[in-house]
Amino acid sequence: MIASYFVIIPLVTAFLIVLFGRKAEKIAGYLSLFATIILMWLSALLFPIINIQGAIVYQLSDWKIPYTISLVIDHLSAFMMIIISLIALLSIIYSINYVKKFTSNWGYYSLFMLLLAGLNGVTITGDLFNLFVFMEIALIATYALVAFQGKAEHYEASFKYAIMGSISSTLILFGIGCVYSMTSSLTMMQISARSGSTAGLYLVSALFLTGFGLKSAMFPLHSWLPDAHPSAPSPVSAMLSGVLIKVLGAYAIIRVFYMVLEPSKMVNEVLLLFGTLSMFVGAIMAIAQKDIKRMLGFSSVSQMGYILLGIGLATPLGFFGAIYHILNHAVLKSLLFLDAGAIEEMEGTRNLEKMQGNTEPITKSTTYMGALGISGVPPFGGFFSKLIIIVAAISSGRYIYAIIGLIVGVMTLGYYLGMLKKAFKEKKEPKKIGISLKISLVILACLTLVTALLFVPGLREGFLNKVVDCITDREAYAALFKVGAGL
Amino acid sequence: MNLYMMSFALFLVGLYGVLVKRNIVKVIIGTGIMGYAVNLFLILIAYKEGATFPILLPGKEQTIMVDPLPQALVLTSIVIELGVTAVLVALAINIHRKYGTFDLKSIRRLKE
Amino acid sequence: MNDKKGMTLIVKTITRFTVWLIMLYGIYLIAHGHLTPGGGFVGGLVIALSFIHLTLAFGKDKEVKVPGIHLSHSLEAVGVLIYIGLGIVAMVAGLPFLTNFIGKGSLFDLFSSGTIPILNFAIALKVSTGVFLAYLLLVLIEHEDEEEE
Repeated sequence: MIASYFVIIPLVTAFLIVLFGRKAEKIAGYLSLFATIILMWLSALLFPIINIQGAIVYQLSDWKIPYTISLVIDHLSAFMMIIISLIALLSIIYSINYVKKFTSNWGYYSLFMLLLAGLNGVTITGDLFNLFVFMEIALIATYALVAFQGKAEHYEASFKYAIMGSISSTLILFGIGCVYSMTSSLTMMQISARSGSTAGLYLVSALFLTGFGLKSAMFPLHSWLPDAHPSAPSPVSAMLSGVLIKVLGAYAIIRVFYMVLEPSKMVNEVLLLFGTLSMFVGAIMAIAQKDIKRMLGFSSVSQMGYILLGIGLATPLGFFGAIYHILNHAVLKSLLFLDAGAIEEMEGTRNLEKMQGNTEPITKSTTYMGALGISGVPPFGGFFSKLIIIVAAISSGRYIYAIIGLIVGVMTLGYYLGMLKKAFKEKKEPKKIGISLKISLVILACLTLVTALLFVPGLREGFLNKVVDCITDREAYAALFKVGAGL
Repeated sequence: MNLYMMSFALFLVGLYGVLVKRNIVKVIIGTGIMGYAVNLFLILIAYKEGATFPILLPGKEQTIMVDPLPQALVLTSIVIELGVTAVLVALAINIHRKYGTFDLKSIRRLKE
Repeated sequence: MNDKKGMTLIVKTITRFTVWLIMLYGIYLIAHGHLTPGGGFVGGLVIALSFIHLTLAFGKDKEVKVPGIHLSHSLEAVGVLIYIGLGIVAMVAGLPFLTNFIGKGSLFDLFSSGTIPILNFAIALKVSTGVFLAYLLLVLIEHEDEEEE
C-alpha cells in the first residue's frame, strides 16, 4: 500500500500547484515543501518494513502479474529512495529563498515535482517498459528546467542535452523491443527467471549500454553534462548532478545488467574500460576550467567513472564500494553545487578569475568541507568509498585500473585546492544570503561526516551489506515473481 | 527478417539526419524519423502468420489474433515523443530569437 | 499575416461548417474508446485541432470564444486530478490503485467496462487543452517579437 504513494504524492502536488499556485505565489513553495517532507518520512519507514517482511510487491488494478504493472521495493530501491528524498528535501529548502529572482515560481516548483515523480517511479517500478515511461517523464522535466533561466547559452545547452537524450531513449526503446521478442514478457522478475539466446543477449546489452551509458555520462557520451548542469538553476543542478545521473545511470545499469539479464563478461570489461576513461578525461578537463560550475560538472563525470569502475568489477566488494560512493557523492556534489549557487549570488559572476572574496563564513566553511570530502581526505566519507573501490580493484587483479584510480584521486585534490584558493580571497565585508540557503548548506555539511559513520562494522551490517546481498542474489529476485503471482 | 533490417535502416537514416544536417529544424525531423523506425519495429515483432486484428466485433469468430501488447507500447511511445518534440520546437523558437539564425555551426557560445 | 482580421471571407464561411464536424468526430472517438480503436489521446488531439482551426481562421476576433490561457491551465490540471482521483477512490475502498470498481456491464454496450470511459474523458480533457495551450504559447512568443519591432 505504501509503494504507490511515492508516485502519487509528487504528481498530485505538481498539478495542485498549477491549479492554485498561479495566483498566490507562496502556496507553490509551501506545498512542495510539505510534499517532500512527507516523502522523506515515508522513505525512512521503508528499511524497517523490508527487514521484517521481505521485499514489497504491489500490483496495480487488482490483476496478478504478469498481466499488470507491478511495483517492487527491495533493499536497493529503498536505498536509492532515501538518497532521492533527502537531496530533494534539501533542494526545496534551498529554493525557497533562491527562486525569488525568477518571474514564474509556480512553473519551477511544478516542474521540480514532476522530476521527483519520475525519479521515484524509476526507482520502484518492477516492469521494464514502465521504467522507460518514468525515465522520460523525469527527462522532459529536466529539459525544461535546464533552460529555465532564459539566457541564450541556456537554450543552446538544453537543446544539445535534449537531442542527445532523445537519441539514447530511442535506443533503449529498441532494446526493450528486442527483450520482449526474446522472452515474451516485460516484468523484470519474470525475465530474470527465463533466459534468452546468447546472440540476442549481445544485441540487447549493446543497445542498453549505449542508452543508459549516455544517461550516466560514460566517457564518449559525456559531452552534454558540462553544458547542461551549469545552465540549470543551482538547486536543480544539485538534483541533476547528485541524483539523476545516478538513478537513471548507475541504478538502471545495476538493475538491468546484473539482476534482469544474465551477467556477462563482456559487459564487465566495457564498464571497466569506459569507467576508467571517464575518470581520467573528467579530471584532465576539470583542471583547465575557469567557470566554477563547469568544473564541478567535469568532476561529476570523473566521479561517475569511479562508480562505474566499482560496478564493472562485479565482486561483492566492488558493489559495496560503488553503492557507498553513490551515497557519498550524492551528498557531496549537491553540497558543492548549492555552495556554487550561493557564491554566484554573492559575487555576481561564475568566473573563478574574477572573484573578489565577497563570500560569508558559512559558505566558506561548507565549501571547504565539501571539497576536502570529495577529494578523499580521511575523516569525511569520500575517503572510505574511494579506498574500498581501489582495494576491490587490486583484489580482483586489475592493477592498472587501481593505479589510475589513485592518480585521478590526486588530480581531484589538485583542482579542488586550486578552486578553493581562487574563490576565497581575503576581504572583510561579506554579503548576505537568505536564511533558507544557510540551513540546507549546514545540514548537508553535517551529513558528509555522518556518512563516514556508515563504515563502522555495526552500522554497516544493517544498512549497506544488505543492499550488496540484494544485488548479488539473483535467484531471490526471480523468486519474487511467485510471491506476486500468488503461486 | 528482411523487415527488421529495413526498420533498422530507417533508424540509421534518422541518425544520419541528426548527425550531419546543419539546420535545427532538420535535426528535429531526424529525431522524429528515429521514433517512427522504433515504433515500426515494435509493431513488427507482434505479427503471427494468418492472424487477424485483436478487436472483438459482434458477429466475428474468435480465431488467432496478433499480439496486442506491443500496440499498447507504441501508443505510449507516440505520446512521449509528442512531448519531446514539443519541447524541442519551443527550444528552437527561443534559439532563433536569441541567436538570429538556425545554423548549428554558428550557435557555439559554450566552448570547451 | 493580418492577425486582427484573420483569413479571407471564403475561409471563414467554410470554417463555420467544418469546425463542428471535426469536434463531433473527436467526441465520437472519445466516447467509443472502449469499443473501437481510438480512445482519450486521439480524441483529445482532434478536439484541439478544432480549436486551432477556429483560431487560425478567425484571428483575434472577440466574438469567437476559444479557451484562453488561464482556463486552459486550470482545465489541464483538473483532467489529471480526475484521473488520479479515480485511482485514489479505489485505494480508499481497500483495493489496489486504479482498480475497475464500477460494474462491467455487457459486451458491446456504450455504457460498459467500468471506469474506462471516465478515464478516457479525463485524458481527452488534458490532452486537448494541453496541446491548444502549447499552440497558444508558441504563437505568443512569435508575437512578442513582432511587437518589439
